[in-house]
Amino acid sequence: MYSFEYQKAGSVADAAKAATGEAKLVAGGMTLIPTLKLRLAQPSKLVDLGGLKDLVGIKAEGGGVTIGAMTTHAAVASSAEVKKAIPALAALAAGIGDPAVRNRGTIGGSVANNDPAADYPAACVALGATIVTSKRKITADDFFKGLFETALEEGEVITAISFPAPEKAAYMKFRNPASRYALVGVFVAKTKGGVRVAVTGAGEGGVFRKKSFEEALGKSFAGSALDGVKVDAKGLNSDIHASADYRAHLIKVMAKRAVDAAK
Amino acid sequence: MPTTVSMTVNGKKVSGQVEPRTLLVQFIRETLGLTGTHVGCDTSQCGACVVHVDGKSVKSCTMLAAQAEGANVLTIEGLATDGKLHPMQEAFREHHGLQCGFCTPGMVMSAIDLVKNNKNPSEHEIREWLEGNICRCTGYHNIVKAIAAGAKAMA
Repeated sequence: MYSFEYQKAGSVADAAKAATGEAKLVAGGMTLIPTLKLRLAQPSKLVDLGGLKDLVGIKAEGGGVTIGAMTTHAAVASSAEVKKAIPALAALAAGIGDPAVRNRGTIGGSVANNDPAADYPAACVALGATIVTSKRKITADDFFKGLFETALEEGEVITAISFPAPEKAAYMKFRNPASRYALVGVFVAKTKGGVRVAVTGAGEGGVFRKKSFEEALGKSFAGSALDGVKVDAKGLNSDIHASADYRAHLIKVMAKRAVDAAK
Repeated sequence: MPTTVSMTVNGKKVSGQVEPRTLLVQFIRETLGLTGTHVGCDTSQCGACVVHVDGKSVKSCTMLAAQAEGANVLTIEGLATDGKLHPMQEAFREHHGLQCGFCTPGMVMSAIDLVKNNKNPSEHEIREWLEGNICRCTGYHNIVKAIAAGAKAMA
């Protein structure tokens, strides 16, 4: 690692003030610390959110859940509130990384990082979540901008994420056999406002909605409703792990499985 | 710029000078001289460096020492009491849950965290839990047997 300064934030306001210029916020550090070790980033300072207890916790609200940004994946996976309101979200959290990673990694860190193969962005987009920051509330559709890019501005800190409860939802991912990251992950949610389908791991620009699937599933919420829908490989990643055509194929397979498993 | 970190390790209050970039595993091994915690891959995958921080298993190669300020850390050296192995350590010995032994400290620390969360894990649950612990010798079979036996012994 290159050297950096370290500051433990005493409050969200404190963190927002410090996280400017070349400084970077660190939540659980499950992505940032490996990135620093590989010298892929060189922040002047790390501002640690680890001491901010008011960012930790899960509240059941209006049928959905609001999850504090510093809540770990392990806490989301085992939360009775999340399991009751959105079992698909608890299952998604239980499938991130490994147990030790889930004990440190946080939902706010994952969403802020917007890794194109991360799981949470798919849940946020499909469930129509709201990302609450130190400055404003941002809908998931407006939040994720591209590879590792979000609507967050300098000095803006995610404080919580609110998920409305769907009628039914499920997340299915096809893991890279070595890294276990999503080669393709599809989150399907049947909500009051219609069906929403979000795809992670596959897109050149990160998470995206699959509108043709949403239309077909809006007419009939069954895996077979997708049989006749074509998936274009344009705009999908092609790398040593999978071609764009293979990813296009997997999107449909995973979406059908998610629809059939939705509860 | 070096700073001082203080924490409790295996029940003892410790402190030392670290750089902000010092990893928890470096602090444990190099500053405290507790070399039972291993560094295998150094990329958060292999789990040889697993310790407990405030009761939860973490990869100490992927946490800064500064992030553990004030925390309660348990390493493999803190398990045995009065020269008597922890039941999970004993189970690894009894069931030949190791060959070269390099991954063993992390395996044992992960296994104990599993049993904290799930007192009677099935073979499948044990194998799933070990996703973040890699062994290159025994092929896991005896490790899984050892953890099942260790869980029973811890009950």
